[in-house]
Amino acid sequence: MDKVRTTFEVTGERIRRYLEEGKRFDGRTPFEFRDITIEKNVSKKAEGSVRVRIGKTEVIVGVKMGVSEPYSDSPTKGNLMVTAEMLPLSSPRFEIGPPKFEAIELGRVTDRGLRESGFIDLEKLCIIEGEKVWTVFVDVYSINDDGNLMDAATIGSIAALKLARLPKYDRKEKKVLFDELTEERIPLTEKVPVAISVHKIGPSLLIDPTREEEDLSECRVTISFNKGIISSLQKSESAALEIDEMKKIFEIAEKASEDVLKQIEKKIK
Amino acid sequence: MDRKVVIPGEIIAEGEDLLPGEHTEKIDGKVISLRYGLAEEQNSLVKVIPLSGVYSPRRGNVVIGKIENLTNNGWVVDIGSADSAFLSLMEVPRYVNKDAMEEVFKIDELLIAKIWSIGKRGIDLSIKSRGYGKIEEGMVFSVNSNKVPRIIGKEGSMINIIKEKTGCEIDVAQNGYVWITGPSIDDELYAKKAINFVTEKSFIHGLTDEVTKWFDENKK
Repeated sequence: MDKVRTTFEVTGERIRRYLEEGKRFDGRTPFEFRDITIEKNVSKKAEGSVRVRIGKTEVIVGVKMGVSEPYSDSPTKGNLMVTAEMLPLSSPRFEIGPPKFEAIELGRVTDRGLRESGFIDLEKLCIIEGEKVWTVFVDVYSINDDGNLMDAATIGSIAALKLARLPKYDRKEKKVLFDELTEERIPLTEKVPVAISVHKIGPSLLIDPTREEEDLSECRVTISFNKGIISSLQKSESAALEIDEMKKIFEIAEKASEDVLKQIEKKIK
Repeated sequence: MDRKVVIPGEIIAEGEDLLPGEHTEKIDGKVISLRYGLAEEQNSLVKVIPLSGVYSPRRGNVVIGKIENLTNNGWVVDIGSADSAFLSLMEVPRYVNKDAMEEVFKIDELLIAKIWSIGKRGIDLSIKSRGYGKIEEGMVFSVNSNKVPRIIGKEGSMINIIKEKTGCEIDVAQNGYVWITGPSIDDELYAKKAINFVTEKSFIHGLTDEVTKWFDENKK
């Protein structure tokens, strides 16, 4: 897969050399996250929405509820749909048109983390067994890409899901009344899947890369952790990893996911 | 003299005796801005200093570009403008073996060059004078090309302060690319920070004094 890189090779050489000393251009240590800010309810029409900023990276995540038929293999379960879009306004690397590899990956990794962890109690989203269930739509839009959209998308999805309220459902008319939001929240469990991407540049590992660093990344491992349990894992790019490196990645991601989860909970209170 | 911020299509001034300057147009006796920027009126000449927008190349500009492609008589160079530039074999001051052009410049390599001419065929670059050629190492990053005059300052006053305080060699190309080489990476980052400060504060008066103050407050 050809990737458009906006970082020059000479600058990249400097980043690599600096990383070997354990330092980064913005003064962070390799395993330090940038500041996360979460702005609540930015969309009028969505049932739950947030604007997440990690440094200069910015995403908007919206949660919309709908009522539809359940899948035949899970008649008592609600549905979950995650879509991610990388808008051209967020980076010169993205273009209009059908979603490319990166956008599809972003959506699917976010989806898998939310689904496999059991964060959303889909059983409770059943209205009439085999006929009507709630569908949760999670939409991720990139507003500015300064690296690490992957983690920003998951942080945003978690926050938006936690804030979302269910609209009223008229059982007689079989219609959703979107104008009347109830106080009821989406049934969530304690298993919060915070995804952390660990990147490898040369021999060094780091989390939360900026655009410059992500351009140089030789390998990325995204792990969704919920309280020490891995619910999803994705490795991208071509570089290989050794067993010791993999063990280290698990340690880094687990620690970072706990920190990030604390931050999310503090910020959406 | 005061400047005001204008957007494209905004009427800056009205009057038959006014002359439209750079980035403006005169329609029915009204001078209209074509760019987002600061409008300035001087001796009945109205002009706009743009604050944003892509780089538009001019003859004689020093630019930093990236090799995009190799052709049989030169290199195609991306200089961040709408059109790509071309560096001809004739404009390289050394013997080039046509079968091994990669020895001089490979794809993705950076070079600093001068715009030698702009014609119908496109933008032609030259690296014949001293100081031009391949960028072997250092830190190259981009800034808003409209802020380049502020980074350089009057007769290089601003850039000389930054060079002196950081001990780095700095080249600011007109297309908004900055090339820094210094004794250590820390020095280079220090210079980068100073340049970013200048671009952020580019609209204030007495910027050179502000930068001197910034250096006093932000010691390494």
